[in-house]
Amino acid sequence: MKYTVSSLSALVILRITTGWHFLYEGLVKVTDPSWSSRSYLMDSGGFLKGFFEWVAENNTALTIADSLNAWGLTLIGIALVAGIFTRYAAYAGIVLLGLYYLSHPAFPGITYLFPVDGSYFIINKTLIELAAMWVIISFPTSDIIGLERLFKKNAIKSIGK
Amino acid sequence: MKAKNTNPDQKDKEKNTISRRDLLAGLASLPVLGLLGYGLFNHKTETARKSSSLLGDIDIIIPKGISPLIDGPPLRLGIVGCGSRGRYLMKALGFLHPDKIGEYKQYARESKFWKEYLEQFMLQESLNIEITGICDVFDKHAKQGVETGANLYRNGTDGKMAKLPKRYRTYKELLAADDVDAVIIATPDHLHISVALEAARHGKHIYCEKPLSWTVPETFDIRKAVKESGVVFQLGHQGRQTESYLVARSLIKQNVTGKISLIEVCTNRNDPNGAWVYDIDPEANEQTIDWKQFIGPAPWHKFSAERFFRWRCWWDYGTGLSGDLFTHEYDALNQILDLGIPKSAMASGGIYFYKDGRTVPDVLNMAFEFPDRDLTLLYSATLANEKNRGKVIMGHDAWIELDESLLVVADPKSTQYRERIEKGIIEPHKPIFSYVPGQESIDAITTPTEKYFASRGLLYTYRGGKPIDTTHLHLREWINCIRRKDGSQPSCDIDQAFEEAITAHMGTIAYHEKRQTFWDDVNEVIY
Repeated sequence: MKYTVSSLSALVILRITTGWHFLYEGLVKVTDPSWSSRSYLMDSGGFLKGFFEWVAENNTALTIADSLNAWGLTLIGIALVAGIFTRYAAYAGIVLLGLYYLSHPAFPGITYLFPVDGSYFIINKTLIELAAMWVIISFPTSDIIGLERLFKKNAIKSIGK
Repeated sequence: MKAKNTNPDQKDKEKNTISRRDLLAGLASLPVLGLLGYGLFNHKTETARKSSSLLGDIDIIIPKGISPLIDGPPLRLGIVGCGSRGRYLMKALGFLHPDKIGEYKQYARESKFWKEYLEQFMLQESLNIEITGICDVFDKHAKQGVETGANLYRNGTDGKMAKLPKRYRTYKELLAADDVDAVIIATPDHLHISVALEAARHGKHIYCEKPLSWTVPETFDIRKAVKESGVVFQLGHQGRQTESYLVARSLIKQNVTGKISLIEVCTNRNDPNGAWVYDIDPEANEQTIDWKQFIGPAPWHKFSAERFFRWRCWWDYGTGLSGDLFTHEYDALNQILDLGIPKSAMASGGIYFYKDGRTVPDVLNMAFEFPDRDLTLLYSATLANEKNRGKVIMGHDAWIELDESLLVVADPKSTQYRERIEKGIIEPHKPIFSYVPGQESIDAITTPTEKYFASRGLLYTYRGGKPIDTTHLHLREWINCIRRKDGSQPSCDIDQAFEEAITAHMGTIAYHEKRQTFWDDVNEVIY
């Protein structure tokens, strides 16, 4: 795809800022052996509350959820920042964000223990970030600014001058 | 004129090489990873620094595991009093009525709560006991008690049962039996000591429900009788098995709170059942209840089903908020701080909400002074409000908020923590330690989410985890002491029981006589 310098900058910044967000969140969890999503899951609301609570209370399910979450965030983050496997990472990001939203939907009448910064009616930051993932998929930039650029055509034979 | 394909990227791609420009653009975003790595490293060192500063020199003893059951022949137990507490004790011993098991199995089909409840009961360790004697003045309760006592194998109605325990009409007959080694006393308060004295007389080991006693003189009688008989005695304050109390004790011993000057304990209930307005069984009448035996040492009154079931509402049989509920709180604090008997007590309150003919107050506030320890113990109770105030131990450097879980919060004007507060390592008014039963170690709370949840005591037991039945543990401790046969006594022995009783009585007398009461610990007299 062809972009102007201005649009390319905007899209790359979107990709890197969302990637940064995912990566930091992921790394903090990966490097903390005592982190668990249990309290988050137990605080779920909405019509899938029962399912998320079940995951929190089932040891195996919780361990899997914790690993997938921590590593998922990290790998998605690296992919977005570095600009490699970006499309897959963005799809995975949509799945994760979708799950967060299903666990903590922003509907009137649903209250959570952990206070929310701001007032939201259906659309909250999670959904906005989900939309950002979609933009990242639709307007790829990793082959211009990102590692994908280096793998664009066949194997690297030599570094040019 | 420019040729079509002279742009350097195109040329390189045709040659399958990477241009410098490609390399630059390709790697442009990588420095971000470096920056993030730095941010993470920073975060980790900060957290570690805060943790170690907080936890530093504190050596917390977290109770781990349960002591093993001592071997021996089956212990033969008699149960005196098969009302709701008696039945609960039997369940903690491993005996549920077969009908109840059937009922719970039904509920368990639909409800996760009942499924877990039943599972926990089935998995509860067997204590190697037999129930050989049942005594209750209400025929219906006695029959239920007998059928429950036979359900050694925890079956439903069609399942295998053990030998039916014998029903005794009077507690004296039960205690005289050869095939009863030990007795559980779950009668109304006014009968505790009558039964306990008889048990000591016959050399039967005693597990007596709280409060120990209904009057002051009998408190001395039972202490003497238990010590002289050498029986193993446990007062039913199962709170002694509560992990968070053991952790609190360990923290206070290491001066985490600094000097303690005030302790607040409370009772808050707001429903008729909590105010002892229990259901009256329609099968209760003068033919089915041995009313005279029920009255025992209490002032004579004609038969009243209301008084039989709701005995806690009258001084004639019960001990009011002081003996009924304050004693739980007192024993917990006594366990944590070795308080002993206070120097003085003051009380005030009244019947403010439940104007139903009861004689005991439904609002009671008491203050107990411990000048040797430089502290006051405050008790505040209402049966008409459910705000759970918990227990708060207030020290100069920090306070402890205590119920099933434990929170330690630094005081902003703390001397001990002043430097750390100034440096921002400790945030006053926010919990610095938390402990929840089942946790492996004390948490130093550092992340915002943890702080938020911890301040609501919800870090791990959000939906109430799986608490171990403390009553089961308390009975187990008593049974182990019996089997040891070396004179060892359990944690809530007769001396602890004596302290509980005297303290509660000091409060009750202060309420009745509208004056401050005092304890002369040399002559052992309340004046």
